[in-house]
Amino acid sequence: MTSTAPATGTDVDALRAIADRVAAQARPGEQVEAYVSRGTNTSVDAYEGEIESLTQAGSAGIGVRVIRDGRTGFAYAGSLDDDIVAEALAEARDNLPFAEPDEWAGLAEPDGVPATALDVHREAVLATPVEDKVRMAIDLERMVRDADPRVKGVRAASYTDAEGAFAVATSTGISVGGRSTIAYVSVSALADDGDASVIAGGISVGRAIDEVSLEEAADDAVTRLLEKIGSTKPESAEVTLILEPRLTATLLGIVSGMLGGEAVAKGRSPFAGRIGEQVGSPLLTIVDDPTNAESLGAEPYDDEGLATRRVPLLQGGVLQGFLHNTHSARRAGTASTASAARGYSTRPGISARALTVEPGSGDLDSLLAGVDDGVLASALGGIHSGVNPISGDFSVSVEGLRVRGGERAEPIKEATLASTLQRLLLDVSHVGADVEWQPGGTGGVTLLIPGVSLSGR
Amino acid sequence: MIEEPTLERVLQRALRTGGEFAEVFAEDKSSSNGVLDDGRVEQLSSGRDRGAGIRVVVGDTTGFAHTADLTEAGLLQAAEAASAAARQGGGGVRSVALTRTDVPNPSSVAVLPDDVPKADRVAVLRRADEAARALGREITQVTASVGGSRRRILVANSDGLLTADDQVRTLFSVAAVASGDTGMQTGRKSAGHTMGWELFDQIDVEAFAVEAAEMAITKLRARPAPSGQLPVVIGAGSGGVLFHEACGHGLEKDLVDKGASVYAGKVGELVASPLVTLVDDGTIAGEWGAFAVDDEGSPGRRNVLIQDGVLTDYLWDFLRSRKDCRATSGNGRRQSYKHLPMVRMTNTFLENGDTRPEDVIAGTDRGVYVAKLGGGQVNTASGDFVFGMQEAYLIEDGEITDPIREGNLIGNGPQCLRDIEVIADDFAFGGPGTCGKDGQGVPVGDGCPTLRVKQLTIGGVSS
Repeated sequence: MTSTAPATGTDVDALRAIADRVAAQARPGEQVEAYVSRGTNTSVDAYEGEIESLTQAGSAGIGVRVIRDGRTGFAYAGSLDDDIVAEALAEARDNLPFAEPDEWAGLAEPDGVPATALDVHREAVLATPVEDKVRMAIDLERMVRDADPRVKGVRAASYTDAEGAFAVATSTGISVGGRSTIAYVSVSALADDGDASVIAGGISVGRAIDEVSLEEAADDAVTRLLEKIGSTKPESAEVTLILEPRLTATLLGIVSGMLGGEAVAKGRSPFAGRIGEQVGSPLLTIVDDPTNAESLGAEPYDDEGLATRRVPLLQGGVLQGFLHNTHSARRAGTASTASAARGYSTRPGISARALTVEPGSGDLDSLLAGVDDGVLASALGGIHSGVNPISGDFSVSVEGLRVRGGERAEPIKEATLASTLQRLLLDVSHVGADVEWQPGGTGGVTLLIPGVSLSGR
Repeated sequence: MIEEPTLERVLQRALRTGGEFAEVFAEDKSSSNGVLDDGRVEQLSSGRDRGAGIRVVVGDTTGFAHTADLTEAGLLQAAEAASAAARQGGGGVRSVALTRTDVPNPSSVAVLPDDVPKADRVAVLRRADEAARALGREITQVTASVGGSRRRILVANSDGLLTADDQVRTLFSVAAVASGDTGMQTGRKSAGHTMGWELFDQIDVEAFAVEAAEMAITKLRARPAPSGQLPVVIGAGSGGVLFHEACGHGLEKDLVDKGASVYAGKVGELVASPLVTLVDDGTIAGEWGAFAVDDEGSPGRRNVLIQDGVLTDYLWDFLRSRKDCRATSGNGRRQSYKHLPMVRMTNTFLENGDTRPEDVIAGTDRGVYVAKLGGGQVNTASGDFVFGMQEAYLIEDGEITDPIREGNLIGNGPQCLRDIEVIADDFAFGGPGTCGKDGQGVPVGDGCPTLRVKQLTIGGVSS
């Protein structure tokens, strides 16, 4: 059986033809997979009313996996020229004998799950004249500069869009492809604050130029900026952490990394062996659903060519399962959740695409009104250095507002929040109903988490 | 990579719509990587990326395009796209005559990684795994990886510059997980140098792996990190990242010009303890951030940024130095041909003081000793920074005592520089780093001697 993609235009067909050609060269006893991608992007940075830089470019590449006797060889190249593609296949074969046999090695095979029809491509990205894109960046910069006299400058204001297509074909019967677009505007604004400056950013994301909002990005940046002026280092305390939907999405992203089947199988996740156990608050139900068109992470196929599907992770705080690609699923004796993710230069890893929390009740303002002694975080820093997904140790810098008696109080900076990821999940005391889809594809809601250590003075 | 007459014609085409400056940056990068994980050599992979980025500058505007097609037709097409941004200018023909300048690379390469048999490359992985696991059952997982890359670049511009560089880097790292009653802890160690496979003449693979594994085991008995402000002793080597974050980024002239740096307008002023002399040097043979020429074709240089506490200069790239009519400092770097260059650090380090390291510890009544710092980040506008403690201990009564769990350290750059109380004489370079800025990663080195900061905020949980 062969999985086939819906008709998606000549470009995808061309990529599929390349991938099919490589996969067809599998020799007896070999499995061969080709992952081919191509993208174009336009990016404009504005500064002081002028174009600072305008980038228009395209790139393409191929990654080839060859598996024989449980050994995997991999090679990639940043070009789709015939000779380079042939070289990548030859090089992958050449690398193969040096890998050690792995009983779970194998490519994806068609599993009968139908792909969801998702409209994730907009012709507008290619059709819009570059002048209109330039105007977006210049207008955004002006809007932020004019928004308030306290805005002293804009570090960067930019418009970016990209159109990409990919195809994956295997000698095991997979041949799919697809294409998608994305567009966003982002801005970071500066204001004076005593001897130093404060900086804050705003962003708006959609699938094309008409789906992004300059107002949203500008308001976001200016509101956050003005809120920061006069921040001081707070007293150390134990507080209720109030995570707005944007930062809940950040937390979910870290947690989903710990639920990846490979980390679990290799004993690198504190959640290993805990399916069926209460690992989170009973209020927490988390799913990854790339078939939900509301998410910018929505995709009909994963990067091994399987149709994406809804994957329950936590139900009422009870661990339901892990995210798998083909390899980790074989190792765990289960089916892939179609969570393979990669670029052409890497082998498939595992990643969530469209995480969401099942909504509870209330929104940021109503939940905040019930907090006696808290911190409303506006930015968490040092996540890559202070959060260890293996031990679960969690220590991040925080900026935001102190909350007292249900009211927003003074702005804070130069402080840290510490706990463990395991503790944070169990201690969630309220889940909001205010689902907001984030640029990375995650749908966040407001969360309240009591008992978090705030370190300051 | 590209013939001289072709480069001249491409630059001429790029300038046709009135550009004041045009540049071709071509890159041919091959890399190979071997990974052992979970007791098995999982993969040996290799790849190649080749292409050119073309930029055209008119006034304060830069047009940029890149292509993987290095034929004259492909380059001319990219030149047209890049010059589109300069469309408002007048036409006309400006010819370009290139003069080739060769800058010797400070680093030498004895054995190209590609010339090492693949079997030998995976053999070191196996040795690392066995050595780490030999420490006992507490070590439950080991990952070892070895990577080599060769990056050949060529830069030609309308000022007539034509130059090239050949950068070979080799990286080895081991990460171990230890498990015990208190959960899991991690230890890691990496070595990366701008050199070839001879890196392994300098490394005892087994001892290296044991060190990573011992770090994980030690952390199993770690106490929760304290919370709040304490004196912090930073160990020699990896502590250099403190200066990269606390200060280096704020000295990048692009950020200074946009009012996004606390160090704007401070040249000539005392910005740090008089003990501090901070250097950024792209010419240190073998270090991770070394090169012959930067990604705009300017030779790497040694730049003293802070001398005895006084700010002496910023870091510059081509555009910034052109605007201020001065020489670039050789800090224009980019991740690949697909990226525009910007001001970046190379190897950034603090010079030696004259105290013995043991006296720095003994002179600390109560505080934290950070043996190994992890990655960090900084808000250059406010100077506030954060970085992770990968291996840290309590200091009690002038002695290093119990290990503490991982956590972040935070502080403010200018305040931290003023708060440096003592600097030892045991300078060491730290591990190889990847510095991220506006979505681009470049290899950087750092280093420092042991030193003490009067106080930083420790992001722990116990008071």
